[in-house]
Amino acid sequence: MSEPIGPADDMPCQELVEVATEWLEGVLGPDERRRVEAHLALCDGCDDYVAQLRATIVALGDLRDAPPSAATRDAVLRRLGEWEGGPA
Amino acid sequence: MVRIARGIVGEALAEEVAQEAWLGVLQGIDRFEGRSALRTWILRIVVNRARTRRERERRSLPFSALVSAEAAPGEPAVDPDRFLGPDHDRWPGHWAAAPAAWRGGEERLLAREARELLSRAIDALPPGQRTVVSLRDVEGWSAGEVCNALDITETNQRVLLHRGRARLRAALDDYLGEG
Repeated sequence: MSEPIGPADDMPCQELVEVATEWLEGVLGPDERRRVEAHLALCDGCDDYVAQLRATIVALGDLRDAPPSAATRDAVLRRLGEWEGGPA
Repeated sequence: MVRIARGIVGEALAEEVAQEAWLGVLQGIDRFEGRSALRTWILRIVVNRARTRRERERRSLPFSALVSAEAAPGEPAVDPDRFLGPDHDRWPGHWAAAPAAWRGGEERLLAREARELLSRAIDALPPGQRTVVSLRDVEGWSAGEVCNALDITETNQRVLLHRGRARLRAALDDYLGEG
């Protein structure tokens, strides 16, 4: 278990997890940002939490379908070319 | 396409909307100017069709109203039981039990089983969270693009993103965490 021994205004972990998205989005004010980063430097638990959040985001991006192969793409474009203007 | 549609019009209409959107894509393809990626352009058509369809189904709230409701206060990112209480004399609000390391590392996270679990977890999210997380984190749209396409405020978009990600992290934590 991590031992927080930070400054008096050290952000509690329960607060950090609630501002984590705003921090990652870059919309926190400079004071809040400083408090988050100060806390992360001291708290393994929160550091791990943010790492998990980031890993989740990477895994989500990985779910995006792989782009179609060149052959598939060509076949689709050919079909589209044959389909002149669609239904009347 | 169906997943994005489903978040906006629900399960019953999602396939139909996706097909309508696909027709729209085929009809409009010669007008596609390539200013965005083809995939983005297609999904914008899906979102548009879904929103229009939702408005026509008068029994439903407008999507922006559903989003406001979902963004209302009250859903913590992490179960409060994971933290020490506010009256703890040394470390109020700090982790009672720190997050466990995820076993197996990156390989396990990106392997098929984890991907399937994550996919099911996305489908289990409330519709607004599902739509925002899908467009932001799966498809890679910017916050601005999502807000414009869905006609929602940046704040609401962020709250939904926050909550959706929190739930998905928790789902992965259940699967990958130690103990």
